[in-house]
Amino acid sequence: MDYLKANTPGKRVVMIGNEAIARGAIEAGVAFSAAYPGSPASEIQESLCRVADDLGIYVEWSANEIVALESCAAASMAGLRAVAIMKQNGVNVASDFILTHNLVGSPGGLVLLVCDDPAGLSSTNEIDSRNYARFADLPLLEPANAQEAKDMSRWAFELSEELALMVILRSVTRISHARGTVTLGKISRRRPKAMVRPGDRYISLPPTPEHDKLHGKMERAQKIFEGSPFNWYLGPREARLLIITCGTGWHYSREALKILNLEKKVGILKLGTTWPLPERLVTRHLRHAKEVLIVEEVDPFLEMNVKTIAAEQAGSGVRIKKFYGKRSGHIRGEFRPGVGENNPDIVIRALSKITKIKYPRPPKRLRSLPDIEIPRREVAFCPGCPHRASFWVVKNALPLDDRGGFLVGDIGCYSLGTGRTGYYLSRTLHCMGSSLGIASGFGKLDRFDFEQPVVVVVGDSTFYHACAAGLFNAVYNRSRFTCIVLDNSATAMTGFQPHPGTGQDARGSPAPVVSVEAICRALGIEPRTCDPFEIEQSLDTLRELMEEGGLNVLIFKRTCALLEIRRGEGKEERVYIDPRKCIGDACGCARHCQKFGCPALIWDEGAEAAAIDEVVCTKCQACLQICPKGAIRVEKK
Amino acid sequence: MRRNKTINLIITGVGGQGNILASQVIANVASDEGYYVIVGETYGLSQRGGSVMSHVRLSRGIECGPLIPSGMADIIIGFEPLETLRVAVQYSNKDTSVILNPRPNYPIGVLAGDLQYPALDEILDNLRKMVSSVRVVEATELASKVGSSLVQNMVMVGCLAGSSLLPFKLKSFEKVLKAIFSEDKLRLNKKAFDLGIKALKNT
Repeated sequence: MDYLKANTPGKRVVMIGNEAIARGAIEAGVAFSAAYPGSPASEIQESLCRVADDLGIYVEWSANEIVALESCAAASMAGLRAVAIMKQNGVNVASDFILTHNLVGSPGGLVLLVCDDPAGLSSTNEIDSRNYARFADLPLLEPANAQEAKDMSRWAFELSEELALMVILRSVTRISHARGTVTLGKISRRRPKAMVRPGDRYISLPPTPEHDKLHGKMERAQKIFEGSPFNWYLGPREARLLIITCGTGWHYSREALKILNLEKKVGILKLGTTWPLPERLVTRHLRHAKEVLIVEEVDPFLEMNVKTIAAEQAGSGVRIKKFYGKRSGHIRGEFRPGVGENNPDIVIRALSKITKIKYPRPPKRLRSLPDIEIPRREVAFCPGCPHRASFWVVKNALPLDDRGGFLVGDIGCYSLGTGRTGYYLSRTLHCMGSSLGIASGFGKLDRFDFEQPVVVVVGDSTFYHACAAGLFNAVYNRSRFTCIVLDNSATAMTGFQPHPGTGQDARGSPAPVVSVEAICRALGIEPRTCDPFEIEQSLDTLRELMEEGGLNVLIFKRTCALLEIRRGEGKEERVYIDPRKCIGDACGCARHCQKFGCPALIWDEGAEAAAIDEVVCTKCQACLQICPKGAIRVEKK
Repeated sequence: MRRNKTINLIITGVGGQGNILASQVIANVASDEGYYVIVGETYGLSQRGGSVMSHVRLSRGIECGPLIPSGMADIIIGFEPLETLRVAVQYSNKDTSVILNPRPNYPIGVLAGDLQYPALDEILDNLRKMVSSVRVVEATELASKVGSSLVQNMVMVGCLAGSSLLPFKLKSFEKVLKAIFSEDKLRLNKKAFDLGIKALKNT
């Protein structure tokens, strides 16, 4: 039985943080869940989808994050418990709604689950979404591990209902994607009848009195947080050196103290409710400390808020001589403080510096190897990925056109087009859908002697997410560029979630298809469609459209290779190099096939010729068209 | 292995090699045997042909954080030689045990001719200078023999299970394999696992 839906309180289960967050919502009896996929958040909604039918939960992959949150708010207005799930960038998309919903709230428990990505392991930025809690006056919870992620996710709904206010739960990659032991709780089956109560209105006009009420709710939140079991102190009674921490910092700090043998000397105040801060609790511990080290991830958010309390309480027994943290430069990695991800080494180093206790690890000899260089491993399109062929087409079309044309990128697997695997073609990369707006602008620069053709690449899921307004704008204002829709029938980067074009809903049931072609036609654009693996035909079509010079849409349609493998659509053929035709460097092709950059198409130094790594090859056969001598061959197995 | 010491294990390789499944098996075995388990994984963008690693931490008493501090890995399971070396440089110490699949996966910078992939001997020599033991198992070839190169991850898990580096019984591994894999996939993965146990004995 799937442990997500097992009503077996007390049972210990190993699960990833995101599953634990989902389990918390399940235990709270969540009725409605809407999300847009994005690492590191995607597995929360995937988990809920897994058990939705059995538990009677409505789940959807929304077109984007603001729609997800608005849908959830509707469920909350009807008295249901609802959860909106997104990564940090998604909160930016949803922020316009957050910043009016906060003023009026809604009765059903409403939780915004956001997973931040410090160091941008899977993101174009590493913003610290905790700032939204302070910005929008919303209660903020930060779990330190999978168990707490579950418990907080469960409690967040109660808190939200008590305050009639959205609650933010902020996880980070290292919590969301860490597998840990979780003790299950009881699953609540409460399901009130959904209805908007007579007389209920959700309108923030005039805003000032509502803003005032919101501050009143935050005062109540603070009182609740003073007694929260998610905040605790560990260490000697009157520690002079005090660590204040939250999230991942809890385990890192604890381990650092153990390694440096400081457990009996240094105290840790671990906070799970980080906005508004439990001021009395923090003050109580600041009173016994002379020095404070604040350990957190990305911005000095906790640090600034603790310092505010310390300043305000200076007259009532708080006398901190020295603060350490991001502002002092103690909590920092290889970059400036306030940048990048935290880790145990950083905390060990900070404590070692403050306490002057020497820390020998790691031995210096391990830092560099004198006689060997370890080549970096750049991220790359998977073997068989249609994007490699699409970028190859663009790479060849631009110089043939010869007017200095360039590529405007967007968010998805094809963001890798900024790097080696996409031949460094993409010249811009910002947020979801920004390519259409940017191209729309470039396409109006002709009166300033701008002559370069502009080509956009945007994925199918991204198209539905945020491209409509950019495209409307381009049509309306007569902008000119070529938009390539890289349609691989999936939100591939984040784990193949369905979207409005896939014909499937979040539960895997058939759904209406929102057609990119039909949208284009409705706007007066006749889209062209090519299979990017038909390299020559795709190249000719793209060149034609660039020459034409209007506003064009070209759809490169080919299913994601990983998705094909998942569906068991792997091919039985064998791709190989004909040794009679590939004569290596004597050919004069300058190892042309190696420039394609497929991890399966390698150079055999021994044979001095190209070779196929059959373990890696997906038999996509795109490379057959690359070799000028036709040395890449296929045979049926 | 002392009973109360935290065991720090890293599984490293390239995206798509089945790191996560391998760490999931080990985590579940440890949990069944009463250990606190935490595994820090790599998902998402970094998985696209990039370096991936799972930090597996098994402890008694208190739970650890998701990242192993530098120089504190007890065991490194390497699905790819270059990635094993990369991880060893940061996380190994003189007592670390390494089990390694020697089959290279070339970074695209190497394919393009801009970067050099070191010779396997060089990689192994450097590893041996750093750690207490390096055992090499041709896991990809063994996996291909049982039907699919994809199950090299279970060959490597078999190696670990048969190595006595972890204080867990083979039976516990087998129980977890049964629980994780559907019936049709269990046969192949169990075969790979068994081959791994045998292969390690021959190193």
